[in-house]
Amino acid sequence: MKPMNIMQHKYTLMLVPGIVSLCALISLLVWGLKPGVDIASGTNLQLAFPDGRPTVAQVENVVSPLGLGEVRVQPTGTDSYILRERTLSNDEKNALENALGTLGTVKEENISIASPTISHEIFQKGMLALALVSLCIVLFIAFAFRHVSKPVASWKYGVIAIITLVHDVLVPVGLFAFLGHVRGAEVDSLFIVALLTILGVSINDTIVVFDRIRENLKFNQDHHKKEPFDEVVSRSVMQTLARSINTSLAVVIVLFALFALGPVTTKDFALTLIVGMIAGTYSSMLLAAPLLVIWEQKQKKDGK
Amino acid sequence: MLKVRIYAILMLLLGVAVGWFVYASQMHHWKPFKLGLDLSSGSHLIYQTDTSKIPPEGVADALGALQGVIQRRVDAFGVSEPRVYTEQGGVVGGGAYRLVVDLPGVTDVNKAVSMIGQTPTLDFKLIKKGMEDKTTDDKDNLNPDAFEDTGLTGELLTGAQVGFDQQTSRPEVLLKFNAQGQKIYNDILNNDMDRSLATFLDGQVIEVAHVNPDHQYASGGSGGVISGGMDAQQAKELATNLNLGALPVPITLDSTESIGPTLGAQALHAGIIASIIGFLVLSLFLILWYRLPGLVAVVALSIYATLMLVLFQFIPVVLTAAGIAGFVLSVGLAVDANILIAERMKEEINAGKNSAEAIREGFTRAWGAIRDSNIAHIIASIILFWIGTDVIKGFALVFGLGVLVSLFSAITVSRTFLLAIGLNTHNRFGRFLMRSGLNS
Repeated sequence: MKPMNIMQHKYTLMLVPGIVSLCALISLLVWGLKPGVDIASGTNLQLAFPDGRPTVAQVENVVSPLGLGEVRVQPTGTDSYILRERTLSNDEKNALENALGTLGTVKEENISIASPTISHEIFQKGMLALALVSLCIVLFIAFAFRHVSKPVASWKYGVIAIITLVHDVLVPVGLFAFLGHVRGAEVDSLFIVALLTILGVSINDTIVVFDRIRENLKFNQDHHKKEPFDEVVSRSVMQTLARSINTSLAVVIVLFALFALGPVTTKDFALTLIVGMIAGTYSSMLLAAPLLVIWEQKQKKDGK
Repeated sequence: MLKVRIYAILMLLLGVAVGWFVYASQMHHWKPFKLGLDLSSGSHLIYQTDTSKIPPEGVADALGALQGVIQRRVDAFGVSEPRVYTEQGGVVGGGAYRLVVDLPGVTDVNKAVSMIGQTPTLDFKLIKKGMEDKTTDDKDNLNPDAFEDTGLTGELLTGAQVGFDQQTSRPEVLLKFNAQGQKIYNDILNNDMDRSLATFLDGQVIEVAHVNPDHQYASGGSGGVISGGMDAQQAKELATNLNLGALPVPITLDSTESIGPTLGAQALHAGIIASIIGFLVLSLFLILWYRLPGLVAVVALSIYATLMLVLFQFIPVVLTAAGIAGFVLSVGLAVDANILIAERMKEEINAGKNSAEAIREGFTRAWGAIRDSNIAHIIASIILFWIGTDVIKGFALVFGLGVLVSLFSAITVSRTFLLAIGLNTHNRFGRFLMRSGLNS
């Protein structure tokens, strides 16, 4: 019995990544991302009030006469506040803490003051890294698949890989645009690291499928078997399904432990990676493979 | 067959020994893990430097001198394992120079800033009669009562110059005082012969010399001399610092980061728990789904984890929250190679091959995909490390290291164990153990 050819439903398959990407894109365009202190400059003060936390209104009353501009006050833990404002000098920070001292003892838990010079540099480094990693990956794929020219040229694998990667990165970005709007979640340099990791790791999944397609094509060639391209692709996807899902599951398990139990500073990082990994897994099957088939069929139609 | 089994047992023993070593060394605080500021506590200060008044060829020297001065000040305050370094800004270099100071354990930013921002002080004190060997107490701390002020301080200094002792050719620093200072110095020379004069720099004694009016100086003048045990570089540095009167390069505080002890300890604790629980759940999944290859994978992963921990201890790698995240992630990915191999082996067994052949074939054919995906990870790590800030570097180092070590553990360790166990897959039980999943 001939195995099911899931590539017959390629347009249906692409609905999932299609809809998800669209939602992510809309989310990004509507809400934008909230940059953290280390990429947009500013001050983050986490202060504890061991004698009992004053109300937000009390804090704001004490802070506004100091002329420090907009100050966002967010409660955290049981007796702490996070104050977020523009870059403060050390003296201004001391003045702020002294003023707050009138409401009770103040203890510094975490201070982050980033000047525009430093944060600008960090941001640019992040962007450069993203560009470089993407470029390297594309080149790597084109190189790894250079011998696979029939029926689809190797550079086309590279292009499809880029499209898949864009989707894989867009999904967590869209999520954080939404979370930024809903709970003020910020994206910092660690978020950029997460995106870079997603690029490097979810390309894995795509490579596994492509690798299997390559192997099956070669096998057919060596044994003079004639099999339609879309069936080869379908078979390859089914064969690698177990491995893709299990590897992603393994990584998501440990990442979930990090998210649920790990340090506060890496919770958002773990969440970004989880979302990116899941997106990376289904995008190889539901986006990269169908695109490959569509491209091949378009080639045939154009009489290559 | 026997050879493989011996290898397997050796590996297992080695893994256990290394694991025990890591555990024991932490319990006895020998070679403890180096923790970054965000897992312990401390301050991270970035200063912008103003090198505009220094000619380009002198910038490197000035920055080196700056680093030396700040290092000494920080050391004088008894901060454990501080880091002081200069770096060039800009996305790919070429920007303004910065001074970075890491002060573990110092959580009061104001205190840290004052530590760094002082002008070096020079002071000359006479050692009181009869207290020559009581200048320090049993623990080598300075005994202030042994010293007597002379009123001769750095404020009265007009210049400092490097010179060489006429007789011994050792480097020394020649001091020129103003009129008031010269008078005090001459008085000491005349009245306090045979006593010892101690030179204090930033509150530390850097030299003790007998007052000797016959001492001749190359400069022909009779200012003071600091000549105790310096090499040429140190003499040059000291003379430069004294001449500039303050820091060699003006600095302004640019950015600060300070983690209090509670947050740091919480982060460390959480990181450890997450790693352990994550590992346990993962192991459960592997054993349940992949059965025997899964068990082998878990053993290989444990050896992988212990190897990583030992590497962290000895390289040493400074662990940060991002580093822990990188480690946790690499554990998850290390599974990947094992899963690839297990799936391939399953295919081989289904095709009727026996256990040993299936293992060898599985490894060989899985190698292509393993190699390709790990190369992609390594590319990402290298770029991250090269470009990144401290936080990013911490993650990239752990992640990249993890990829390399996991390659080793999957290929070498897993393979050896599977071959050593040498199951007979021509019976149903053997096949069951080597396959995986719900209904295979």
